[in-house]
Amino acid sequence: SESRGTSVPQFTNSPTMIVLVGLPARGKTYISKKLTRYLNWIGVPTRVFNVGQYRRDATRSYNSYEFFKPDNEEAMKIRKACAISALRDVCSYFNRQEGQVAVFDATNTTQERREVILSFAKENGYKVFFVESICEDPQIIAENIKQVKLSSPDYVDCDKEEAVADFLKRIECYKLSYTPLDDDRDRNLSYIKIFNVGSRYLVNRVQDHIQSRIVYYLMNIHVTPRSIYLSRHGESELNLLGRIGGDSGLSPRGAGFASALCTYMRDQNISDLKVWTSHMKRTIQTAEALGVPYEQWKALNEIDAGVCEDMTYEEIQEHYPEEFALRDQDKYRYRYPKGESYEDLVQRLEPVIMELERQENVLVICHQAVMRCLLAYFLDKSASELPYLKCPLHTVLKLTPVAYGCKVESLFLNIEAVNTHRDRPENVEVDRDPEEALETVPDHI
Amino acid sequence: MWRREPNTPGLLTPMTLMGVAANSKGACTNTREDFVSGPAHSRGEGCRPQQMMRGSSRCKHTQNLSRTVCMTNCPTLIVTVGLPARGKTYISKKLTRYLNWIGVPTREFNVGQYRRDYMKIYKSFEFFRPDNEEGLKIRQHCASAALNDVRQYLSDEGGQVAVFDATNTTRERRMTIFQFAKQNGFKVFFVESVCEDPHVIQENIVQVKLGSPDYTNCNTEEAVSDFMKRIQCYENSYQTLDEVLDRDLSYIKIMDVGRRYLVNRVLDHIQSRIVYYLMNIHITPRSIYLCRHGESELNIKGRIGGDSGLSARGKEFAKLLSQFIAAQGISDLKVWTSQMKRTIQTAEALDVPYEQWKVLNEIDAGVCEEMMYEEIQESHPLEFALRDQDKYRYRYPKGESYEDLVQRLEPAIMELERQENVLVICHQAVMRCLLAYFLDKTAEELPYLKCPLHTVLKLTPVAYGCKVESICLSAEAVNTHRERPENVNVHRTTEDALRTLPDHF
Repeated sequence: SESRGTSVPQFTNSPTMIVLVGLPARGKTYISKKLTRYLNWIGVPTRVFNVGQYRRDATRSYNSYEFFKPDNEEAMKIRKACAISALRDVCSYFNRQEGQVAVFDATNTTQERREVILSFAKENGYKVFFVESICEDPQIIAENIKQVKLSSPDYVDCDKEEAVADFLKRIECYKLSYTPLDDDRDRNLSYIKIFNVGSRYLVNRVQDHIQSRIVYYLMNIHVTPRSIYLSRHGESELNLLGRIGGDSGLSPRGAGFASALCTYMRDQNISDLKVWTSHMKRTIQTAEALGVPYEQWKALNEIDAGVCEDMTYEEIQEHYPEEFALRDQDKYRYRYPKGESYEDLVQRLEPVIMELERQENVLVICHQAVMRCLLAYFLDKSASELPYLKCPLHTVLKLTPVAYGCKVESLFLNIEAVNTHRDRPENVEVDRDPEEALETVPDHI
Repeated sequence: MWRREPNTPGLLTPMTLMGVAANSKGACTNTREDFVSGPAHSRGEGCRPQQMMRGSSRCKHTQNLSRTVCMTNCPTLIVTVGLPARGKTYISKKLTRYLNWIGVPTREFNVGQYRRDYMKIYKSFEFFRPDNEEGLKIRQHCASAALNDVRQYLSDEGGQVAVFDATNTTRERRMTIFQFAKQNGFKVFFVESVCEDPHVIQENIVQVKLGSPDYTNCNTEEAVSDFMKRIQCYENSYQTLDEVLDRDLSYIKIMDVGRRYLVNRVLDHIQSRIVYYLMNIHITPRSIYLCRHGESELNIKGRIGGDSGLSARGKEFAKLLSQFIAAQGISDLKVWTSQMKRTIQTAEALDVPYEQWKVLNEIDAGVCEEMMYEEIQESHPLEFALRDQDKYRYRYPKGESYEDLVQRLEPAIMELERQENVLVICHQAVMRCLLAYFLDKTAEELPYLKCPLHTVLKLTPVAYGCKVESICLSAEAVNTHRERPENVNVHRTTEDALRTLPDHF
């Protein structure tokens, strides 16, 4: 009876193009990649189209900033062709690959170029939302160049000083013809202008839900250096018994882990660390050992296994063999009867992610499925990879944003624990034998 | 590089905003501050003995939330800015309603109201003339009185946010308020409304000024004319928030009723949420229809929760609902349901596209799912009594509380604000939460709001509030409303516990 009902959130009814605007080294690609990662994670198929990448593919070897001189006609032709090629791929992404949002990452600094994009979008029935990044702080720009430009393929054979000098001249090439979005002339366009990495924003004509969410997200992210620590609770009594879910306390080894975690975090010597747990005993007991204030989030509770709560996999196979198989077939979307799916989990974790973006140094003590969802967000893992990410007990993951992504350091705190990771078995058919179903179940008491 | 202020520890943390237990070091804290933050009492199972109730009960491990750390428990003062008839009071009231609903104690302080209380009689716009010294003195006095009450609310009464609703059109006045806030350790966030569209201003005057106590004895033309002159009194000295001069202040400037926004220096989570909310509301006329699914099989049996289908009478209701909606003749109506059979079956009868929201699912009664109240009393008499003691915060074992429900419904409310005409087919507890938001009901009233089966509530925003029309589409359905019994003591008799039970099969 779901003929007219859709359970997929309707963020927008037309495909949307997010068009970046700004001089080089203003964070456009950083914003593009981060936004794309966020939208995909919440379930909106999104892709970045980086025109610079098209240019690199077209011209093979980058010589110098001279390529970008406004009077370099040959180069101008190539650059325009690259933009058109990228737009064509946007079309294909929307029409044939079921994309919903395309992020068009280029300088788009002239009104003329933006007109081209607007006409293209209008012809095809796409909505357009501009994201302009304006910054004149030389320190930010220098840091930017250091973090992402020096390691660019364009500068692979240059020494640092050469690269910086060349890049600054490249920026100059754009400055002469740069027309920022204008409050008056562009009053009918939908856009957000970000000033100085978020100290100020100008938002014009937000059209729909997805644009509103994008604005909210962009207004919450920052570039202040920090680290996020993700860890599960210490080994629990139910873990030892191979039972899923429930609300048990820590085993002796789990308590040992909590102490070890305390030592580790002290050694990290972080000012102003926030500690978050779920509402379940095992994460709270783990946090208690740290001896610092912590906050409990209901949203961080483990995935609700519904009728399978507190069961072992063997028991699930015995009582619900079909459900067990269906779960193996599509572990991301499968919802336990009277319980939740990973997909549901992502939705309830979204406010946590938003707040993690606002915060600086945070330690999140959570659960296996929850940690997989959070990790998938930071490491840009797909829905099919997410439910199989390895998040073993007694292992802390330290995530530090760097360049366009996240550096991950994995630290096992040297306290033994059961393995709770069950890989996808080979046979996921509903008529499989119990042995095949239980093939990948990890050992337990 | 400009760095945002890190989120400060203490009460006004995102967790408290989102209705989640926020505490420091340990399961139970019970200081005045915790009570104030609302949801700080909910705990998971087992980190407190059964008898310790959430809410105002005393707990063993009291925690002394230190006030020595700067900016712990930092209240926020929201200051409106703008000429008369720019929607400041509309925004103030709406924002206050939203913040209270999500659990942030908020109150508005309307300086105009202080002036009315002081002056008793309003004669004409002449009171507001910039050269009327007597008038200026009185207005200054009223502003000070209001700020005094703000201080009391935020510092002594446990308020978290105060909305200071006045024109505040000069930089000088705003500086005064800023200094006041600084002295008292409050954060300040300005909300300016700028609008030059004569239609909007006219509509504004018609909707809320003509009915104002200031104009009870005037006819429409006189009132409008006087009000326009009143606006003029402010225009000459109006100094809008300036990108350069005011670059160190935190503010949002709303232009042309939301067409454009300028947001400067958002400092923390609550300001970020306020900005998000303000950017999602609109004033386009529309109606929101709230109703429950048709009567279900479990309803008839007096059982709570579960996921049953419609009864025969429930199916009948679905048909009547379809006719009713068609007769309303609404263009572009969105229909939302939960992901439970009974709301979906109800929507199917409408024969229009609909969206299923998991967040609209009925409250999870945990171990009590599918039980009758008699059975709950028999197997969980203690829980049953605890629930009656504090129905808003009580969480079913392995289930949810109304407080949890509000938290999970917040995205639905945000989207309802963005949308125009919407029909929400949901459940009793869910509908109570949504209704409480629109009608500004307290946490105490919320769990006892009457939301009978087969009755549609049509909510239409008007002036500063919401008009409610209740349309009963069919009298044939069980009553599922259980009033709070007189005796909520854990030692009460079964009879006392079941006294207010509605009939069922």
